[in-house]
Amino acid sequence: MSHLLEVNDLEVKFGLRLGDLTAINGISFNLNKGERMGLVGESGAGKSVTGFAIINLISKPGFISGGRVMFNGRDLAALSEEAMREIRGNHISMIFQDPMMTLNPVLTIGTQMVETLQAHRSITRSEAEAIALEKLKKVQIPSPEKRLAQYPHEFSGGMRQRIVIAIALITDPEIIIADEPTTALDVTIQAEIMDLLQQLCESEDTGLILITHDLGVVSQVTEKIAVMYAGKIVESGPTERVVNDTKHPYTQGLIKALPGSLQPGARLNQIQGMMPTLTDIPPGCAFNPRCPICEAICRDQEPPFIPVDHLTRMVACHMVKPDPSMGTR
Amino acid sequence: MNRTWQRFKASYLLFSFKQDKTAMLSLAVLLTLLVTGLLAPVFSPYDPYDPANIDIMNSELPPAWTQDGEAAFLLGTDIQGRDLLSTMIYGLRLSILIGCGAVVLQGFLGVVVGLLAGYLGGKIDALLMRIADIQLSFPYLMVAIFISAIFQLAFGIGRYEDLAVPLLIVIIGLAEWPVYARTVRAAVLGEKNKEYVEAARVIGLNRWRIMFRHVLPNTMTSVLVISTIQVANAVMSEAALSFLGLGMPVTKPSLGSLIRSGFEYIFSGSWWITLFPGIFLVLLVLVINLLGDWLRDVLNPKLYKG
Amino acid sequence: MTTERPNPIKSDKNGLLALKQVVKHFDISGGLLDRLRFEKGRLKHQRTTVKAVNNVSFTIAPGETFSVVGESGCGKSTLARTTLGIYPPNSGRILYRGERIDNKNAQQMLPFRRKMQMIFQDPYASLNPRMTVMQTLEEPVVFHNPSISRNQVKDRVAEVMSQVGVDPKWAARYPHEFSGGQRQRISIARALMVDPEFIVADEPVSALDVSIQAQILNLLMDAQDQRGLTYMFITHDLSVVEHISTRVAVMYLGTLCELSPARTLFESPRHPYTQALLSAIPKLGRKKTGHVKLKGEVPTPINLPSGCVFHGRCIYADPRCVEEVPQARTVENMVIVACHAVEEGRI
Ligand SMILES: Nc1ncnc2c1ncn2[C@@H]1O[C@H](COP(=O)(O)OP(=O)(O)O)[C@@H](O)[C@H]1O
Ligand SMILES: Nc1ncnc2c1ncn2[C@@H]1O[C@H](COP(=O)(O)OP(=O)(O)O)[C@@H](O)[C@H]1O
Ligand code: SF4
Ligand code: SF4
Ligand SMILES: [Mg+2]
Ligand SMILES: [Mg+2]
Repeated sequence: MSHLLEVNDLEVKFGLRLGDLTAINGISFNLNKGERMGLVGESGAGKSVTGFAIINLISKPGFISGGRVMFNGRDLAALSEEAMREIRGNHISMIFQDPMMTLNPVLTIGTQMVETLQAHRSITRSEAEAIALEKLKKVQIPSPEKRLAQYPHEFSGGMRQRIVIAIALITDPEIIIADEPTTALDVTIQAEIMDLLQQLCESEDTGLILITHDLGVVSQVTEKIAVMYAGKIVESGPTERVVNDTKHPYTQGLIKALPGSLQPGARLNQIQGMMPTLTDIPPGCAFNPRCPICEAICRDQEPPFIPVDHLTRMVACHMVKPDPSMGTR
Repeated sequence: MNRTWQRFKASYLLFSFKQDKTAMLSLAVLLTLLVTGLLAPVFSPYDPYDPANIDIMNSELPPAWTQDGEAAFLLGTDIQGRDLLSTMIYGLRLSILIGCGAVVLQGFLGVVVGLLAGYLGGKIDALLMRIADIQLSFPYLMVAIFISAIFQLAFGIGRYEDLAVPLLIVIIGLAEWPVYARTVRAAVLGEKNKEYVEAARVIGLNRWRIMFRHVLPNTMTSVLVISTIQVANAVMSEAALSFLGLGMPVTKPSLGSLIRSGFEYIFSGSWWITLFPGIFLVLLVLVINLLGDWLRDVLNPKLYKG
Repeated sequence: MTTERPNPIKSDKNGLLALKQVVKHFDISGGLLDRLRFEKGRLKHQRTTVKAVNNVSFTIAPGETFSVVGESGCGKSTLARTTLGIYPPNSGRILYRGERIDNKNAQQMLPFRRKMQMIFQDPYASLNPRMTVMQTLEEPVVFHNPSISRNQVKDRVAEVMSQVGVDPKWAARYPHEFSGGQRQRISIARALMVDPEFIVADEPVSALDVSIQAQILNLLMDAQDQRGLTYMFITHDLSVVEHISTRVAVMYLGTLCELSPARTLFESPRHPYTQALLSAIPKLGRKKTGHVKLKGEVPTPINLPSGCVFHGRCIYADPRCVEEVPQARTVENMVIVACHAVEEGRI
């Protein structure tokens, strides 16, 4: 069966004065139509770079140095800039943490929505406005007719993020990539935006790649997740399985470090040390200096990213043995 | 000390300097000019201030390589018969001295005013910045004409010769301090609400110590960047004043007064008296500006991640 | 180690620190020209003020971790800075061990400065980038004990650095050579240098990654155990609050809504705003159970709503709420709520 989006062995490098740094080191995952996936990890793990790489929008010293991003039978990583523009914002939309990265402060939101739509469809302004209005209603903006004529600064942070979602939705994309869409917002607003995003993706059958550092958010919204560490996916699978039956020591550490899982006042389970910077990723398993169950093999051999059960669970760890029922590979 | 050197060797500053050919060339030229100027007595063939070296019979000799030139005077002589090269080197020294002196004065005034205005805010800020606005809206040429006229009247032309250098430093220094004050004030406003300043207040440090020990050092990058431009400006201002006859007297010419004195004879064919000091001046100002541009690019806090 | 830490609340009447009806407004009207308004053909002189903290009172007992939660802009940081005297309050009193500190001058404050310290949110802005770790850490000690010897200072810096988990070998380095988590440790070290009793921590882990967050929270809890510190802990992260606090104050638009022991608050929130806030926390591995949706948006603190500041968004609001400001009342043992509906027994 073929997937809507298939990322294979994607590799992204940054050409710096010290030489090329590998920010994304061969990651693979896929997304089906209408599927919601979470990409989690600490800052610097490479989540945003992955998001940008999918829409082939890595900024300057960076470049895709290997792998493929198959979307509807085409490899986006090899597509020309012109062909890519047809995909971006049309078939795949992106939402950022800061709504002002998408919104232009000197144009009314009506103009921005209409222009986005007209860039991809040949329709009249009034038709476009009708669609814009409909989308604003969808994201539950009160009195949308009036709001169309307003400028971004006239909206609160939460409202701006709703508008950005409306803009992302305006071309009825197949996939939305949301990079930390609620990190800058308060919990009550975050809950509303997340609800909205989930509900819209469900009703429109849109795929979602939700990039965030917040495991709590991911576990509520997504069906499957991939956990990134130092430019690699270390564990992936159905959200519920990954959260409740965590295999990889890093994911286990992340979950155990959350305050919610313990008796109040108890010492938190911390992971020692910190994620390496790209310049000093240790040989073998990148997690080995911090890993509580590290053994000799971890220091000189990179663990392969392999399936461990029948439920599409994949883990990259020497110490996690595949489910015996799977037989030898 | 050793550690500081190590840090410098590994720094982004040095790295980007080594990448940038223009910056390296500019620095080389600037250093040459500075050393030549500051060690004028060593490098110049004659002492132009010593009347014993001056012979009126030698006046207006063209450069050595032209038909009427004399090998003893490489770039020819000026109207009084002084060796042009020597006079230029001494003039360069004066220009650099006045330029740097004026910038030190501007910098001192401007930094103190900017720091007080930015950190203390409120009425003090409003008052100081209005004074700065008024100062800026005075054309400095007018002020200079006024002051130097008064001085020349009060002390006579003879004393004026001795007082000219400090006087020019003061005139040019006073003219542009608001540039520093504004830059520093803006930088202070950016810094003063940062948490490290609040931490200093929580410790209980008094405001003077916070201002000078915590806030001031963090505004120095922008001060450094505008200083290069300001030195170039001050050198130009001095040249302009001297060109108008309000600067250095002909007996102790700076580059500007040399250009002026040559200018009167340019139509009688003595082009070299104007041209060579002119080239010197342009070269000096150009390399300072080029270095300033480079420095601004490197220190741009948006590009430079610590 | 999973032992529960003792709950240190005692029925200490004065407490360590007490805020009494503290009000902090910021005048943002700018210059004289900006303040003049033309209204109905007449020139009017009008000031614009941000009502950041309004009439907040509470008492912090020695040894407790008193948390202040609320959404951004509700006045948490302002409250923290007012408490420490960085901002003078417009009215109200602040008492430290029963002594008024809000009206003291800088000189009179000095003894209190050694007792009260602060830890900040942004690990990149809270250390002076032009000072080495050594210079940053020695400054408070030398300032408060001018006669201390060089060696004593050095020993003290090394001791505190190793306590917070930063190798004392790195004392000669500058902040940019450290990661965010390490900088936060250095920031904590600076606060600990003067051996304080009371520390205000303004979102100390909000800018950090989960695994680093746990390290810093552990460090703070350890320091509290070892030194008997009292914390005023400010954050918007409710799961952190639930974990470390003894009592929690919930703020909305500069006013105190509810103040309860942590466990009581999380088990049975009383105030309608607290209920909405708690229902919005995303919990790991638990599917959503439908959070309380609030209508509308947070009003600006420039024009506070009349009566209860929450009335425009509250599902229990009635005409009384629009007119009368609800007073904070103790509804049961140690639970303080400011809400008419709770008072009338409607909730
Ligand atoms: N423009 C850039 N130049 C150099 N390195 C970069 C650049 N952008 C990102 N990186 C590096 O790529 C890595 C992954 O970054 P990113 O994807 O932004 O992480 P995150 O998981 O927090 O979104 C980081 O280590 C970062 O330093
Ligand atoms: N120095 C200041 N001048 C003017 N307004 C301020 C200042 N500090 C905070 N405010 C305003 O006071 C309100 C409360 O801010 P703050 O205490 O920072 O909230 P929180 O920390 O809860 O996010 C906000 O509306 C903010 O804009
Ligand atoms: S491979 Fe080894 S070091 Fe890496 S996570 Fe697994 S056990 Fe730990
Ligand atoms: S006082 Fe009224 S408006 Fe305010 S929270 Fe209570 S019920 Fe709601
Ligand atoms: Mg990111
Ligand atoms: Mg705050």
